[in-house]
Amino acid sequence: MSVQVARHVGEVLDNLSSVTGATLLAGGTDLLVEINFGRARPATVVAIDRVAELKNLERNGRVRMGALVTYTRMLDDDPGSPALREAARTVGSPQIRNAGTLGGNLGTCSPAGDTLPVLAALDATIVLRSAKTERRLRFGEFMTGPKKSARRPDELIVAAEWDDAGPAQTFMKVGTRNAMVIAVAGLALVVDRARKRVGAGLGSCGPTIIRAAEAERFAEGLFADAGWERASRPSDAAAKEFGRLVAAAAKPIDDVRGTAAYRRHVLAVMGARALARVAAIA
Amino acid sequence: MSTSAPRVRVRGVVGESVERPDAVPKVKGEFEYASDLRRDGMLFGATLRSPHAHARIAGIETSAAKRMSGVRAVITSGELPTRERFGLMKLDQPVLATERVRYVGEPVAIVAADSAEEARLAVRAITVRYEPLAAITDPVAALQQGAEQLHRSGNVIDEVIVVHGDPDTRADVVVEGEYEVAMQDQAALGPEAGLAIPRRDGGVDLHVATQWLHEDLRQIAPCLGLPESKVRLVLAGVGGAFGAREDVTLQIHTCLLALATRRPVRMTYGREESFYGHVHRHPAKLFYAHGATKRGELVFVRATIVLDGGAYASSSPAVIANAACFGAGPYRVPNARIHAVGAYTNNPPAGAMRGFGAVQSCFAYEGQMDALAAKLGIDPVELRERNALRNGDPIITSQPVEGSAPVAEIVRRCADAPLPPRGPETDPIALPGGAGNLTHGEGVRRGVGFAVGMKNVCYSHGFDDFATARVRLMRDERGPLARVHTAAAEVGQGLVTVCVQIVRTELGVERVELDPPDTTIGSAGSSSASRQTWMTGGAVLAACREVKAVLLSRARATGRPPDDLAALLDEPIDKTVSHRHRDTEPRDAATQNAGHVAFLFAAHRAVADVDIETGLIKVVQIATAQDVGKAINPLAVVGQIEGGIAQGLGLAVMEEVILKDGHVRNASFTDYLLPTTLDMPPVVTLLIEHPHPDAPYGAKGVGEPPTISSTPAIVAAIRAATGRTLHRVPVRPDDIVFDEPYRSGWRITPGDDPRRAVRA
Repeated sequence: MSVQVARHVGEVLDNLSSVTGATLLAGGTDLLVEINFGRARPATVVAIDRVAELKNLERNGRVRMGALVTYTRMLDDDPGSPALREAARTVGSPQIRNAGTLGGNLGTCSPAGDTLPVLAALDATIVLRSAKTERRLRFGEFMTGPKKSARRPDELIVAAEWDDAGPAQTFMKVGTRNAMVIAVAGLALVVDRARKRVGAGLGSCGPTIIRAAEAERFAEGLFADAGWERASRPSDAAAKEFGRLVAAAAKPIDDVRGTAAYRRHVLAVMGARALARVAAIA
Repeated sequence: MSTSAPRVRVRGVVGESVERPDAVPKVKGEFEYASDLRRDGMLFGATLRSPHAHARIAGIETSAAKRMSGVRAVITSGELPTRERFGLMKLDQPVLATERVRYVGEPVAIVAADSAEEARLAVRAITVRYEPLAAITDPVAALQQGAEQLHRSGNVIDEVIVVHGDPDTRADVVVEGEYEVAMQDQAALGPEAGLAIPRRDGGVDLHVATQWLHEDLRQIAPCLGLPESKVRLVLAGVGGAFGAREDVTLQIHTCLLALATRRPVRMTYGREESFYGHVHRHPAKLFYAHGATKRGELVFVRATIVLDGGAYASSSPAVIANAACFGAGPYRVPNARIHAVGAYTNNPPAGAMRGFGAVQSCFAYEGQMDALAAKLGIDPVELRERNALRNGDPIITSQPVEGSAPVAEIVRRCADAPLPPRGPETDPIALPGGAGNLTHGEGVRRGVGFAVGMKNVCYSHGFDDFATARVRLMRDERGPLARVHTAAAEVGQGLVTVCVQIVRTELGVERVELDPPDTTIGSAGSSSASRQTWMTGGAVLAACREVKAVLLSRARATGRPPDDLAALLDEPIDKTVSHRHRDTEPRDAATQNAGHVAFLFAAHRAVADVDIETGLIKVVQIATAQDVGKAINPLAVVGQIEGGIAQGLGLAVMEEVILKDGHVRNASFTDYLLPTTLDMPPVVTLLIEHPHPDAPYGAKGVGEPPTISSTPAIVAAIRAATGRTLHRVPVRPDDIVFDEPYRSGWRITPGDDPRRAVRA
């Protein structure tokens, strides 16, 4: 195994275009597990954790988060999304949060990736760059399956971008332990009061992160009625209906972490609670 | 013998909280664990394991592996020096599988290579032709007529029937229930590791993390074809044990590779391999009936207990005996019949784990006590107090409890401990779901649960249980010094401070050093059954008293005061003593005898917040009162109690080795969940000290009781919060949000032979 240590984006892109099958290493919290389990034996590893350009975090109405921003920084700095901060808190232990990055979560592209439902709910754009070109994909186009994305082998995930959607957001995650647990189900709910838009992203409930489109439209109707700019309190029946629509969007399976029936049940609970929680925030 | 007060007060004696010598090195990462051992020219071992739960081996091809770079040895069953088998209680386990594999993970071949990576690659290059066979993975099914026999002796590993009084008597009120305990992993943080070094005389030295050096030696030497005199074992740094190191894992393999290559060989399991490499806690199905009078006096307990022993016997016979003997709990029960059977299956072998059989039955009988309390309309604590065993009362094997039996006292003290402030919490991280941010109070209900448990200390049923200690008292340039040599394994329980504290107390010498444990001295017995303070502590105490006798005679002869150590130690004093506990009787067909040395008791009260809509749980507080006899090192006792409760909490709400057709589906710490600091609540610990007359300073042993009744107490709290029946541990979120009570899938009258079970 050869390890190249890159210091600039250009070096990374050169490596990716010249070495077939080069594997990127950022925080290593996924890659090292794969290697330890004997599931990955990369011939060439390009370590990108020293590339300063990928650590930027810009906010001026539009948020641009560099791929190497760690979960710890999402907690410590204002990451331009309260839901993203809540999602970062659910990731692993302090050691994992110090090492793991947004770009790593995107690169692995697991349905259980904790930041991904938030990026979906924010309708974030993923910025990919190769030696030849840069392209921007909406999150829904970027993630194509479990641990599968539209990233080409010669591309580097540079950043994610989204519109600052304001404070009415939350992230919830279910796991059978109170910390350091892989999501059995995750839900990000974003209510962008200025743009009159609701985003709901579901994690660990299907082959990709799922947007609960019907639930989003239903909630947009509720906010239109209540007044987008005002804090409100949805009726229990409305919250329950929103939860039902969230659960209906899921395509869960039985696996070692939980049953499909439980995932559907708990998504409905999370949906109702999340809606009540964010509706109160204006 | 009287002990005169030393001239200078010695620090760190019995009864004081003493810091462990290995505490700081372990925290700083400087402690040398077995997996850190190295030697020049050392090779690395690796193991090929069966991917099948049950299969015939039609052929093994190793020539490709042998040709690979760095490979020094490849050994299959055909290349073993002997046909000997190993096992703690039955020699039923082959060193490497021969014609048949009986569980997923059974060792089939071993390799030594220049690097760990080359060894692993060579293992993958070995081809084994398997002919898969139907696997039996339900222990009740394994006992039915017509089930395929997994061993020549049949599928019954052992059977224990306890009959007491008139078990078929009637009672005013009867409750019945079936219960299940899933497979729990010991999850020691240090994986299995050992280093074997070949000797010039054809023998081998093995440095290994284990619980009992001499028992390992007894099993290893015949399998190597060597006399015990040619095999020396030295204890290497142990990263936790909890029973998982009682069985031989890589010991024989490492020695075989070292002898074959004439080079030092180290084997270390990774976490995934560790899940397959060691035994686990027995999964159990338990069928109970309790009868009581209207006033709440127990009339009878009838139970059928089926333990899944997995593919090989390990310590199953003793686990079965414990599940049966303590199957009615710490109560006065005039009539009982417990029919306990351990079955061979094609699941991974089960063996020792903290609590050892007492855990499984306690979960069931404490569930029954709560059900009985509810039916009678009596407070659950009061029902337990009313039926508590007292000193001199017989347990259901008819053996009277002697020494101390403060059951009513621990129940009352525990029940009276202060409760936590009324919830719910305001910080979401302290609520069910924790970091997952699921509730800000919605759906959260609080429940309180109570449980009591009991277990034996030391080995039982006629086993010749002894410990050996050598104490040398001498003088060097810095003054008096005592050295202690035993073969006892420090596995984290704190024996290292206990031995030093005893020597300081008895001999009045502050400088006490421990020699590395090895097999050049007599056996200390196992670091299990909560026994080392009683046994090795007792041996050190006895050796100290012999040393003291010499000191006193020297004092008399010279006219010096007996505590003037410096003046009396021109010649060192050197005493080696073997210590035995009182005899126990062998187990007869109905175990109606004095089978045990003494009994340990603990009570637990749990307070839990449950989010009834998500089924997630936050244990808020545990209070415990434990009968410890005497706390030799109170800080270490509290550490044992809190650690044991964490393990009991794990079994209650998250720890399960999930099996599917004999395969472990969660062989990693990503998916085998252990409690974190956010899951583990504050513990209110009340030490109840009634010295046992047989034990050194009256200290009864503390390691296991915290693990026994903490689990049912937590589940009782969850039941109180949710109204669910919850007869299976660990409790899963599904069990709370969907009201589907546990069903074993079998119909059986409690107390009957499980071979008469019918599918429900």
